Amino acid sequence: MGRYIARRLLLIIPVLLGASFLIFAMVYALPGDPIRALAGDRPISPAVVEVLTERFNLNDPLWVQYWEYLKGLLSGDLGTDFRGRPVLDTIERTLPVTIRLTLVAILFEAVIGLVAGVLAGIRRNGFLDNLVLVSTTVIVSIPILVLAFIAQLLFGLKLGWFPIAGTRDGWYGYVLPGLVLASGSLAYVARLTRTSVAENLRADYVRTARAKGLPRSRVIVQHTLRNSLIPVVTFIGADIGSLLGGAIVTETVFNLPGIGREVFDSIRSQEGAVVVGIVTLMVFFFIFFNLVVDVLYAVLDPRIRYD
Amino acid sequence: MTLPQTTTAAGVPAPGTPLLEVDDLHVEFRQRSGVVHAVNGVSYELAAGQTLAILGESGSGKSVSAQAIMGILDTPPAVIRGGIRFEGRDLLTMSAEDQRKIRGPGISMIFQDALSSLNPVYSVGWQIGEMFRVHRGASRKEAKRKAVELMDRVRIPAAARRVDDYPHQFSGGMRQRVMIAMAIALDPRILIADEPTTALDVTVQAQVMDLLKDLQRETGMGLILITHDLGVVNEVADDVAVMYAGRIVERGTVDDVFTDAAHPYTDGLMKSVPQVEAKGGRLQPITGQPPNLAAIPGGCPFHPRCSHRRLGAAAAPGRECATDVPPLRLVAPGREAACHYSEEVLGV
Ligand SMILES: Nc1ncnc2c1ncn2[C@@H]1O[C@H](COP(=O)(O)OP(=O)(O)OP(=O)(O)O)[C@@H](O)[C@H]1O
Ligand code: SF4
Ligand SMILES: [Mg+2]
Repeated sequence: MGRYIARRLLLIIPVLLGASFLIFAMVYALPGDPIRALAGDRPISPAVVEVLTERFNLNDPLWVQYWEYLKGLLSGDLGTDFRGRPVLDTIERTLPVTIRLTLVAILFEAVIGLVAGVLAGIRRNGFLDNLVLVSTTVIVSIPILVLAFIAQLLFGLKLGWFPIAGTRDGWYGYVLPGLVLASGSLAYVARLTRTSVAENLRADYVRTARAKGLPRSRVIVQHTLRNSLIPVVTFIGADIGSLLGGAIVTETVFNLPGIGREVFDSIRSQEGAVVVGIVTLMVFFFIFFNLVVDVLYAVLDPRIRYD
Repeated sequence: MTLPQTTTAAGVPAPGTPLLEVDDLHVEFRQRSGVVHAVNGVSYELAAGQTLAILGESGSGKSVSAQAIMGILDTPPAVIRGGIRFEGRDLLTMSAEDQRKIRGPGISMIFQDALSSLNPVYSVGWQIGEMFRVHRGASRKEAKRKAVELMDRVRIPAAARRVDDYPHQFSGGMRQRVMIAMAIALDPRILIADEPTTALDVTVQAQVMDLLKDLQRETGMGLILITHDLGVVNEVADDVAVMYAGRIVERGTVDDVFTDAAHPYTDGLMKSVPQVEAKGGRLQPITGQPPNLAAIPGGCPFHPRCSHRRLGAAAAPGRECATDVPPLRLVAPGREAACHYSEEVLGV
């Protein structure tokens, strides 16, 4: 197992190199002039343009620019944006917001999704089961942007329960965006749990558990849920990685200064270094949590061994 | 079987003590597509130390009747009627909680496929030990010690080393031993073995059957052995009940029934024995299909396939095979069969 993890961790390096190069190339290929974009409508002197172009190697070919970027990376320098602020500082400022948002979303996804799925799976075709089926269908069929506006309108403006934008209210401000961000995965977790529980309830070993004279609660918790939750837990694990990178819409709509909104703004203003840094980080999260999931799988299911 | 209930000094029940009485047991499954009549009036008794084999084609209701006795059928969809008395107490009228407490120390069951019947995510020691933790309130450590003892008792080599292994790490025969260890953990009075060896190699089958017989001799438990395998019945069972379409169609001692069947269906089974061995155990004995349990033929359920049947004018009064249901009746001393013409069949 240890060797397997080490091998997988080593594999992350070439993947990240490849990913960052691809992103770099895409940013490089973006039409338009980032320095003009920086200046906006104000006039800008040719001398300044020249200095900036020189500083950011903008006239060099792609591979030279990328090489310069890599050299910086090795010394822990992610470069600076056109205003001279280090990208690392930008990440340090925005990442905590995204992490908090992701935590809240995962919490909703795990708690609500699991409880709904377990209850639906235990009493299939019951009232709760149908409620879960209908509500999850509705949730997944509404685009997240629409869902966000509905949530803001209903819970934020009409009912006034939760703040609809910004981080001034601390954790409280993360409730609505967390719920919106989690919605799709939440519905999926509920469905996955329901199917898995219903399937496991019919398993031969559950019949054995009953033949052993175990109390019903133990038959369900120890012999049904434990097995049913393996695919669910691993899905949630992998979803942490996706949510950390998938918060662009949510952060923008709810005006949360996280890495998602930052990358969105940076693409518009053609801040290449910021985009490359943040997107590479997102790719890293994604790969890392997939590794966590694979390890988790082996921990939860003794039939799976990697050595 | 009306012997008084007696117990020897060692606490081992004396042979012949009635343990289980199944009385006119019916099980049906109510489905949207109709009612499946899986068990239709099964009655038998089991005494301590006795081995009763239940024989019959696939779908004849062997497993369902056993699971009704265990109390592990979901109701609904199953509807159970009749009486199931364990040591004189009716299991069907007692509370679910009382019934649960009988599973394990009172009646225990092992299943055909040990791999799917054991939980893949717990070690075998944990699963065996669970019996002591739940029913006896044992500590984890104590339960594990007991599990090793039991694994030794069912002759699993290197039990102490293997107690933390998982089911998938064992061979088929060893897994079935784990199931047996779990089932006998609390010294049950009755063990129901539902095709315990069908999934195993022939040599391993014999070892597992020997183990079951030895355990029965040690503990005096009653054994209900559900099987397709006539050879196994012949070797280990005292009595045999033959099931067809959810009914017992013939019952008697193994010697009697195997020497001279009283029901045409049993007769057909016996005659198919060489064929059975060639095909590896599954019975395909008699022409025609087993009946659809949602629409069992009237009269004698076996009549569409029976070579002895008498229909219309050929039948004796009240013994028309397609309209008159043959009751299970005494046809010779110690012999019961559900056929209008058993006396003739016996003569064949
Ligand atoms: N939960 C259920 N719902 C509906 N029908 C069922 C259910 N369980 C069993 N049956 C039906 O009851 C009938 C008897 O099944 P049972 O398992 O007792 O047969 P069996 O004699 O054990 O056969 P086999 O030798 O194949 O194990 C079958 O036709 C089966 O389809
Ligand atoms: S009652 Fe008739 S049909 Fe049924 S087994 Fe006997 S002879 Fe055959
Ligand atoms: Mg069966």
